[in-house]
Order: sequence, then structure tokens, then C-alpha cells
Amino acid sequence: MGRAVGVAAIAGLVGLAIVIDATVFGPLALPGAPPNLVLLVVTSWALASGPLPGAVLGFLAGLATDIVPPADHLVGRYALVMCIAGYVAGLWREETRDSVPLALLVVAVSVGIGTALYVGSGLVFGELPGSGASALSAALLSVGYDVVLAPFVVPAVLRVARRVAGTRSRQAA
Amino acid sequence: MRDNRRTRLILALLLLTAFTLITLDYRLHGGGFFGSARRVGSAIFGPIERAAADVVRPVRDAIDTLGSVGSQRKKIHELERQVQSLQSQLRQAPFDQHRVEELDRILHVASAGQYELVPAQVIAVGRGDGFEWTATIDAGSRDGITSGLTVLNGDGLVGRVTVVSADTSTVVLAIDPKFNVGVRLPNGAVGVVSGRGRSAMSLQLIDPSVRVAPGTGLVTAGSVNERPFVRGVPVGTVTAVTTPLAGEVQTGSVRPFVDFATLDLVGVVVGPIRTDPRSALLPSPSPAPQPASQPTGPASQPSGPASPSLGPVSQPAGPLSRPTSHG
Repeated sequence: MGRAVGVAAIAGLVGLAIVIDATVFGPLALPGAPPNLVLLVVTSWALASGPLPGAVLGFLAGLATDIVPPADHLVGRYALVMCIAGYVAGLWREETRDSVPLALLVVAVSVGIGTALYVGSGLVFGELPGSGASALSAALLSVGYDVVLAPFVVPAVLRVARRVAGTRSRQAA
Repeated sequence: MRDNRRTRLILALLLLTAFTLITLDYRLHGGGFFGSARRVGSAIFGPIERAAADVVRPVRDAIDTLGSVGSQRKKIHELERQVQSLQSQLRQAPFDQHRVEELDRILHVASAGQYELVPAQVIAVGRGDGFEWTATIDAGSRDGITSGLTVLNGDGLVGRVTVVSADTSTVVLAIDPKFNVGVRLPNGAVGVVSGRGRSAMSLQLIDPSVRVAPGTGLVTAGSVNERPFVRGVPVGTVTAVTTPLAGEVQTGSVRPFVDFATLDLVGVVVGPIRTDPRSALLPSPSPAPQPASQPTGPASQPSGPASPSLGPVSQPAGPLSRPTSHG
């Protein structure tokens, strides 16, 4: 029961993030690449639930990002990247339990790692435009947007995640 | 459970799976299983994105309006001037129309400019720069859209349809780095225009003896069976060119006619002859449907039918020339 609620909650959050990415941030035409809300949600959730759930969630959310329109890159790239980002963020579960600033820092670093890996995978599979430098600056801006959004998104996701986890442990007790 | 062997094993498995997926998709070029996976994703999220876009668009428009109050007055002035010049062009139109019809008959260019269009709204835009330039539109296989069709708007070439689901489709924009299109110069020479993301598009001529000057308008050359590109769609203006040595092919930069930052209403070319009543894409009641308003980036050059290759496209066609009775 508790697990089902958790799965439903995170599925809803990821779905919402995908839709907002496509309909709000995409059309804004910000300089550089738009913020990546899905990656933000994945790393935040991983922070609350640990490396294994983080990796699994990252893989599934990434896969969804790979196939939902208007995605047109190789299927699996975001799955790969978000899986790693979720795992990395999840490793810091204990340390960030009582410190919001540290949580924000870990999320920022994980998002940075994820975005860098995405650009790197684009380089490997020949899916980057002309210069790697322009892609890199776009990626940096994207991470910057994510860092700006993080103080709003991370605590909210953490609260939902911990509440779900709370009901689960109470049921187990 | 901080990090144990089981966690690492599962992480390794997941990463391996992701790698396998990427490799398979790379090999299959987006076809097969991945095509259907994308269609499923499109079918589930297309309608949601569509609904979300309906909610978001008014808010975005309101914010846009607030942000640009200062420039509104200037814009109104500019638009008034544009209306005047367009009106004078319109008065000229019946004469041009007649001339174009004559030329058409002579050249047997029956299809030029007479596209059958399905109008569609852009409801989502892909992650730009560094990544990919795509958009989702709210027309799909139910509206007769299939993969590989040309997408245009009132200004010119927008892109090409890739993934199609029942109610939505994905469009690769002309500025996507993967995008190439054959173009024709006013003098009949051909070249290839490629997207380069946020940078200007690039032009590469084919024939080393051909030279092109900045300011030249380019239209699509068209593909076999009109797929993926119908002919005669305005692509952009040449802005800068290289000065190659004799015997070398000239290259240049191209500014697209379409403003990709503000994509809204587009048309998908579903057939070479206009019969569909939905083809009246523009809201104005004047006989100027889709491909009419674009000789060369609206107000900048109101010189009417100056460029011969753009001529057939600027043909107002439709309601004026042939009362589309077989629709």
C-alpha cells in the first residue's frame, strides 16, 4: 500500500515534470538549453530514498523522457544519464537528511553530472550540432536554470518523498 | 542501505540496458520497436501536452504582452506601414495572378504553390541548442499526417514530420543540425541548406561555377514524389557568402524566413493540389491563404513579384484563381 502510494506519487511528479518541460520551458526559448525539470525531480527523490531507488527511478524517468514527444534523440540516452545522476544523488541520503543547503548542493552537482554526461553521450553518438563548445555553454546555462529552480523544487519533492516514506515505515511498524 | 553490492549490481544492469537501447536505436535508425515505443509515448503524452499547452499559452501570451508594452507602439506603426504596402500589392495581385496562370500553363508547373494543407498548432517545443530542435503539433494520423511531410507556415519552411501518432506529430525544425534540404536559387541553380541550431543556417552550392549574392531568396527544390519536401517553399535569405577560388564551391549563411522562437500556427503539406477546406490557414478573410504572404520576409522587400523563382509561391491562388469545387 505504502509502496503503491510512493510509486503513484513519483510517477505523477515525473509526468508533471515532463509535461512542464515540453509545454512551458521548451517554448520559452531561453538562451542556452532549457532547464531540465525531470532531472531535478529524479535527483531530489533519490536524495530522499537512496541510491538504488534513485538509479531505478532515473532509468525509468529517463526512458520516458526519451520516448515522449518531441524527443528525437537515441532512446536510452536520458535513461543512462538519469540513472547515474539518481544513483549519485542517492548516495548522499544520510548526509542531507537534516541539511537543506547540502541537499541543494548535492542536487546541483548531480544535475551537473547528468547534463555533462548527456552532452558527452551526444558527442559519442554524433548527435551534437557543429561545435561541442556551443553545446557545453548551452548545457551550463541549463544547469544554471536548474540551480535557480532547485530551491523551489527540491524541498517540495523531498517533502512528498519523505511523507510517502513516513507512511510506509509507520505501516511497517 | 547506503551502497552495497546489490545496489551496484542493479546499477550496472540498468546502465547496460540503457547502453543496449542506445545501440539498438542507433542501428535501427529509430525504426522498429523504438518507432512504436515513441508512438506509444506520443499517444499518451500528446493529448496531455496538448491540454497543458491550452492552459499555458494564454499565460505565456499575457507575459509576453507585458514584457513588450514599450515596443508595441513602434510595432503598430510598422504594421500600419506594412498593411499599406500589402494593400498596394493586393491591388496588383489580379494582374500578377493572370500572368502567373499564363506562365503556369506554359511551364506545366501545375503544383507550384498549390499545396493541400492541414493546419496545426505547435503545442510543445523540444529542448533547444546543444540538444535538438523539434516541436510537437496537434495534428496526427487522424488528420492525414504521415511521416516525412513538409511543414510550413506563412513565412516559409518550418521543417519535416518525423513521428506521427493519432492526434499529434513531431516535427524536426529546419534549424535542427540533422536537417538538410535541397534549395533552388532564382537563377535555377541548386544547393543544400543545413540547420545549425541557434546559428544561421548554412548554404552549400553544388555547381562550382555558380555564384550567389547576399540577399538572394531561396526556395525548396522539391524531392522525388514531393517527399519529404514539396517544391517552391521559401526557405530563407542568403546573408553572407564566402569568396571561393575558381573551381571551388561557394558556401554561405542563410537567415530563415521563419522565426523559430515564435512558432505557433503551421501547415502540413498533405498533397500537392489544394482541395482541403482546412487550407484557409490564415485568419484573414482576404484571398491570401497559406503560401501567399511570403515573397521575401514580409515588409522588408515589398517589391512584389520581383524574384521569378518566388513568383509561383506568392500566387494567392485558391479562392481567387480556381474555386476549389472538388473539395
